[in-house]
Amino acid sequence: MVGRRQTWGSKAFVYGTLLIIAFVWTLPTMGLLVSSFRSGDAVLASGWWTVLRNPAKAELSLDNYRIVIGSAGGNSRLQEKIRRGQENIKLWSAVLNSLTVTIPATVIPILIAAFAAYGFAWISFPGRRTFFIGVVAIMVVPLQIALIPILRDYIKLDLNGTFLGIWLAHTGFGLPLAVYLLYNYISTLPRDILESAFIDGASHFTIFVRLILPLAVPALASFAILQFLWVWNDLLVALVFLGAQNEVLTQRLLGMLGTFGTDWHLLTAGAFISMLLPLIVFFSLQRFFVRGLLAGSVKG
Amino acid sequence: MKQTSTEEVGRLTGILPWLGTNLSRLFVSLFVPAVTFYVLLVVFRFLRDGQAPQWVTAIVAIIWGVGGVLALFLMANLIIERFPAQWKRRLTPFVFVGPALAILAWYLFIPTLRTLWASLFDARGEKFVGFQNYVYAFTSKAMLESFRNNLIWLVVVTAFSVGFGLIIAVLADRTHPAFETIIKALIFMPMAISMVGASVIWKFIYEFRPPGAEQIGLLNAIVTALGAPPQAWLLKQPWNTLFLVVIVIWLQTGYAMVIISAAIKGIPAELLEAGRIDGANEFQAFFKITVPYIRGTLITVSTTIILFTLKIFDVVQSMTGGNFGTQVIANEQYSQMFRAFNFGRGAAIAVVLLLAVIPVMYYNLRQFAQQTEAF
Repeated sequence: MVGRRQTWGSKAFVYGTLLIIAFVWTLPTMGLLVSSFRSGDAVLASGWWTVLRNPAKAELSLDNYRIVIGSAGGNSRLQEKIRRGQENIKLWSAVLNSLTVTIPATVIPILIAAFAAYGFAWISFPGRRTFFIGVVAIMVVPLQIALIPILRDYIKLDLNGTFLGIWLAHTGFGLPLAVYLLYNYISTLPRDILESAFIDGASHFTIFVRLILPLAVPALASFAILQFLWVWNDLLVALVFLGAQNEVLTQRLLGMLGTFGTDWHLLTAGAFISMLLPLIVFFSLQRFFVRGLLAGSVKG
Repeated sequence: MKQTSTEEVGRLTGILPWLGTNLSRLFVSLFVPAVTFYVLLVVFRFLRDGQAPQWVTAIVAIIWGVGGVLALFLMANLIIERFPAQWKRRLTPFVFVGPALAILAWYLFIPTLRTLWASLFDARGEKFVGFQNYVYAFTSKAMLESFRNNLIWLVVVTAFSVGFGLIIAVLADRTHPAFETIIKALIFMPMAISMVGASVIWKFIYEFRPPGAEQIGLLNAIVTALGAPPQAWLLKQPWNTLFLVVIVIWLQTGYAMVIISAAIKGIPAELLEAGRIDGANEFQAFFKITVPYIRGTLITVSTTIILFTLKIFDVVQSMTGGNFGTQVIANEQYSQMFRAFNFGRGAAIAVVLLLAVIPVMYYNLRQFAQQTEAF
């Protein structure tokens, strides 16, 4: 679109409109961020935007973050507050649980899907097309359909509430899209690379590990980000299969919204902690994320 | 004499390697899996019942989960490497594709059939009740309310996300690349936020204080500054559903914008140039060239957002819990399963969701069949 004549008026209109939209889009998150640094009394006494009017008087601090994480750092007033509230918050343990759920629930489906994608793309076996059509069909099946049967299996197998249980559930629900995306990428790799490797006597396993995996890194990264954000931000699968003993961040936040309904200073700090890691991943790997979104249409 | 001994030696050296390979085959195919499974089981027990500090459990669990899957693949490969070439060729696809198909069968394919079956039984899955659960799913007050609300969700979220996304993408395309990058990143950012996190953000915006009190919610502060009385936005039927819808529009516009923007960059510059030479103004160029050119992308984006909003759950669960006339299908299903413990009804509602996605499934399969004649 370079080289088109644009009048000053139309240019100002375009830039102005975009600035206004971006401002409106950022405002909600700004409110959360500012409130999370204000004291509980201040949050309840006046709107967060009053801070912008008079920043010198605002008295912003990290106290709310210390309280929700449960680390006072020598401040006795804060220690007392934490002691009173600690039973209910336990955000640090939710952070650990979220990490414990998310990392394997991202790596396991990628690994299994990469093997499968290679198999579908480069090994001929009876039923290959039929099975792959099955994968495409199952991609849009809503995961709600699986909740009751899987929950019954888990109760029988004593897997309910375990990390293994939720990893496998996220693996199952993420796999169709993962296989589809990785297949699309791996099947377009040049055929002669593989043929020369075969002539040298390499096995499928060696070719997959030495040749295909390194070449497929962009596709693996794209799906990894999609799956990471999906698992980290998931509420439903965690509520159903993880239950109360290993609560993840989204569950803890949901609980806080109920029990701490008016403690906006703690809620906002907690919410921002839950957003921190996804935002870092998002901004540092945005390129891969966009590529993943472009490649993958829909997921169940 | 000499001859026979060499023959014997020859036979022996023939038997020994044969015995050797088969013993090692047996050893590898029995001993290695046994050890692997035993180690995995011991660690699993430790993780489930252990009393170690939480961060220790977390690290062990991560290593166990990731390493365990790797170990299983390596083990499977180790075993089939020992087999004769013909068997190796037959077994290789199972190692590569087998695990994925097994998990898909266990987690999606078989559950679909089991849910269909369970939907014909009573709350505890014991007594056959025919289509009684479907009568509930299609005629009960809660479900009719959910259908109405889901329809609002589908239409409003899709229309506004795609509409805003299209407008922003087209406008941003005309600005300086650095400016475009920053604006797009800001609008895209909510995509990284969980729906629960977004609910905290927006519940704070909708916060209500009685008239006369200082309003700390942004929306009521604006309304009172304009001289109107403050409102309890989340309690006001039927508008409260729309206030929840706004949250998801805020989250999804970035997605639509990014995909549409990529499509717009693919429109050949000559095409637009030719249109302008023929005398088309900006609006005509937009509706006659840009929109038709990216029609496929618009359909894909809309479909994805429709599928997403069809299953909307987190926002409703955390904002209103489905009360005050905001119930949706996925949340009603959750309530039936985990509040009322009525698995029959829960299953029937899940089947309703499945029915709703069948057209998309059909479309995907047709596309796939057309693309891959040579598969």
